[in-house]
Amino acid sequence: MSVFRQARWEEPLVYEVSRDRKEGSLVDAEFRDYAARLLRKLPDGILRKEGPAIPSISEVEVVRHFMRLSQMSYGVDFGPVPLGSCTMKYNPKICEDLASDRRIVEAHPYLDEEDVQGILEIVYTLQKWLSEIVGMDVCSIQTPAGAAGEFAGALMIRKYHRDVGEERRDEMIVPDSAHGSNPASAAMAGFKVVRIPTDSDGNTDLEALKAALGEKTAGAMLTNPNTLGLFEEHILDIAREVHKVGGLLYYDGANLNGIVGYVRPGDMGFDIAHLNLHKTFAAPHGGGGPGAGAICAKGALVQYLPAPLIDFDGRKYYLKYDIPKTIGRVSWFYGNIVPAIKSFLYVATLGPQIKEVAEVATLNTNYMLKKMSPLPGLDLAFGYGRWRKHEFVVSFEKLYKETGVGAEDVAKALLDRGLHAPTILFPLIVPEAHMVEVTETETKENIDALVEAYKEIVSAAYTNPSEVKKSPQHTSSKRLDTVYGNLPKNIVVTYRMLKEKSAKT
Amino acid sequence: MPHPWIPNSYIKNELMKELGISSTLQLFDDVPKELLLTRDLAVGYGTSLTEYQLVRAFDDLLRKNTFIYRVPPFIGGGVCLHYIPAAVKHVASRPEFYTAYTPYQPEINQGITRALFEYQSLVADLYGVDVVNASMYNGSTTLAEAVRLAVRATGRKCAVLPRNMHPEVFEVVKTWSEPVGIVLHSPSYNAETGRVDLGELEDTVRKLKPAAVVVQTPNFFGIVEEDLEKISRIAHEGGSLLVVYEDPIFTGILEAPGKLGADIVVGDTSSVGSGLNFGGPSGGILGIRDPEEKLLRQLPGRLIGYTRSADGEEGGFIMVLQTREQHIRRERATSNITTNSALEAVKAAVYLTLLGSEGLKKLGEAIAGRTEFLVEKMLSAGLELAFRKGVHLREVLFKHPNIAGLRDFLKNNGVYVGPLIGKFYSELPDCGLVCVTEVHSRGDIETLSELVKEFLKVVAS
Repeated sequence: MSVFRQARWEEPLVYEVSRDRKEGSLVDAEFRDYAARLLRKLPDGILRKEGPAIPSISEVEVVRHFMRLSQMSYGVDFGPVPLGSCTMKYNPKICEDLASDRRIVEAHPYLDEEDVQGILEIVYTLQKWLSEIVGMDVCSIQTPAGAAGEFAGALMIRKYHRDVGEERRDEMIVPDSAHGSNPASAAMAGFKVVRIPTDSDGNTDLEALKAALGEKTAGAMLTNPNTLGLFEEHILDIAREVHKVGGLLYYDGANLNGIVGYVRPGDMGFDIAHLNLHKTFAAPHGGGGPGAGAICAKGALVQYLPAPLIDFDGRKYYLKYDIPKTIGRVSWFYGNIVPAIKSFLYVATLGPQIKEVAEVATLNTNYMLKKMSPLPGLDLAFGYGRWRKHEFVVSFEKLYKETGVGAEDVAKALLDRGLHAPTILFPLIVPEAHMVEVTETETKENIDALVEAYKEIVSAAYTNPSEVKKSPQHTSSKRLDTVYGNLPKNIVVTYRMLKEKSAKT
Repeated sequence: MPHPWIPNSYIKNELMKELGISSTLQLFDDVPKELLLTRDLAVGYGTSLTEYQLVRAFDDLLRKNTFIYRVPPFIGGGVCLHYIPAAVKHVASRPEFYTAYTPYQPEINQGITRALFEYQSLVADLYGVDVVNASMYNGSTTLAEAVRLAVRATGRKCAVLPRNMHPEVFEVVKTWSEPVGIVLHSPSYNAETGRVDLGELEDTVRKLKPAAVVVQTPNFFGIVEEDLEKISRIAHEGGSLLVVYEDPIFTGILEAPGKLGADIVVGDTSSVGSGLNFGGPSGGILGIRDPEEKLLRQLPGRLIGYTRSADGEEGGFIMVLQTREQHIRRERATSNITTNSALEAVKAAVYLTLLGSEGLKKLGEAIAGRTEFLVEKMLSAGLELAFRKGVHLREVLFKHPNIAGLRDFLKNNGVYVGPLIGKFYSELPDCGLVCVTEVHSRGDIETLSELVKEFLKVVAS
């Protein structure tokens, strides 16, 4: 077993770094008299008497504190983060550098169009490229993340049906393998969610789908490849059936990485698609965000995109507010511009060679799956003998039954080897699941190391399961009790609560 | 063709051999033949670029941005240019933070979970609330989620958002509310003070029994809502929840909204470390004052909480109450939000810690002082306030018959102000915002007022 030791600083919470009152950043007092004059005009009741109870420490203390915290975290720059459906690929450094240009980060959103032609051209070009990649007519990047794109798409479907007098269409079809955000987005847009099972080949069950379709169907939300990493083989039939009853087809672009350049959602028959620019298009994930989303449409649906769009009139780039049937604004201003620009730089660099992304991502997935398959205790659950695309899912149900070591235990043991764990216990249709996405940016050596780690862990599970269940030992924290912290009486989400609670006990 | 960002593109043959295939196309044998693209995508510049080619091409594009700030811009409209201390950028540039994802594996991501816990704690102290989540997208979507939260918590179906709210935020709330049948009502503002018209607000609340009464302070006109306590009374007497939208930058001088009766607080991190970014990204702040825990289980978004290790020996931090969230609760989740703005929350935590309690107060005063100085200078230059009896903070709404001409004249001299708000308020066609923050020196404000004087002289002659 390789030696991995994550930093374990005995770092207090920032409130307890120092009790002394210091300053971390100076503020001038030049206008103090003027300030006093202004504040006197306000009623006393709305002025703050006591400063907020936040710490006051020096710059060096602040920097050390957060740098130490950073050493207790783990991202793609340190090793594989094979979180399935998250597409944790390498974030090219040049994209980080260029997107932090002052001409971008200091641009105020209310500057005149004529003053920001550079940014507008970049975003417009990105919209064009994304449209070409998904096979749609127009993309907007107003949506700040993928889920916001889903919500926008669901709203577009809703408005479209209302405009043609079909308000009765209040059902959204969602396969049971879908990302949880799909049914959540549909519900937020006011739809009832109809769940479709997955067949043993790992496809959306076509017969069940047909049976669910009807005059109440507003649309179907699908991701393809799906969350099992499998291409929906009957996608053309699905599109035909959904359209036949007057429904619209929505594409969840979270899994585009396995097919980009090979096959396009628009060509498959999808009417609307969202993209996660922080997945396929290499903008970083930021420890949870911010990412950036795009929402794309074709044909009549283009008229429903959120306003404004960034457009070009042959002479200049401008904000187009005149979108006759728009669902309105989904977010203020124009979207998460900085990550979107990172995606622009990514596509600009690769050009048509972006196809190599899907090719190698798929090669890597299947290579790893092939190396994993002989391991005892694991099972594929769906789609035996089929090639995976961006990711694969294995079930550790057998291992769990035979040794008591489950998917979560295996995940924690991976951490101990300096490897991030995949997405676990998802999709919900696979018991004890590991959903693995190594992307195109992992090397063969790293994939082999991951497989080797799995091999060691599985074999340890059969020989010494209690040892595996003690993992992790070498991370910044030992295994954390997720039940304890979630008990109603134990919910502690601020330092203030933590102090009050420890004062009581 | 192989590419350095795709290491195994150099050894495809080796991997193919392992898989027993002779072409990678075989991996796509389940894709209907007619769907497979037989041409290259028309993206990028026709071929891949070297890094130095990319740098040049990108610089050529950015040169088409012609804005050149002679002095820091005085543009407002909800977000303003604030200084970001260098240490914020250095922490946010740590790849352990920015190349990580949501801490699904908390043991290897204690850094992020702790930084987010600290963010939640710091912001809860600023706003005087019990719980702040680990961030939303931005202020606009967060207010939309706040209204939906209030609707879920009260079982009522309408909300009150005054007309002096940020109009784009209003539009966002409308987009997010309409599909679930939430009706929005907008009481007007007082013509002299620019503040919410209390009489109309009270009538609306009495008549409609809304789920939420929303108020933004300072409001879109830059005017402090002085009657927060009265508004709180009106809201609560009607059984509504009070939602206060306030920029965190003011919390050093303005009383914490939680102490003035706010049940839900909303803000945006643009001013506290995120920056302008042509409008995004920033982070959305969402907090609740929730002594009876009526709101917590309806709260959208990720939440970091304290727990102990499985062996009970030490403490640590994890995501809590995930059963509210989409990946578990699916269509019954409190929101679809997945990716949030964690890195912006980390930046805000660093920013707020650098400033500290005293620094935030001084910063509030630095902005208040400049606002007062700006008003004095502009009035003496000959401009008028749109609302004479309102107290402005950071942003000031001025009025002049040729406001557009004035704005252009200033811009031609490298001094940017705005936005003009006629496009949002047809009844205020001759009004424009001017924003001052700590980045503006006395000289900058004087440069502005001298130019205004010069313009008005030309107009008069």
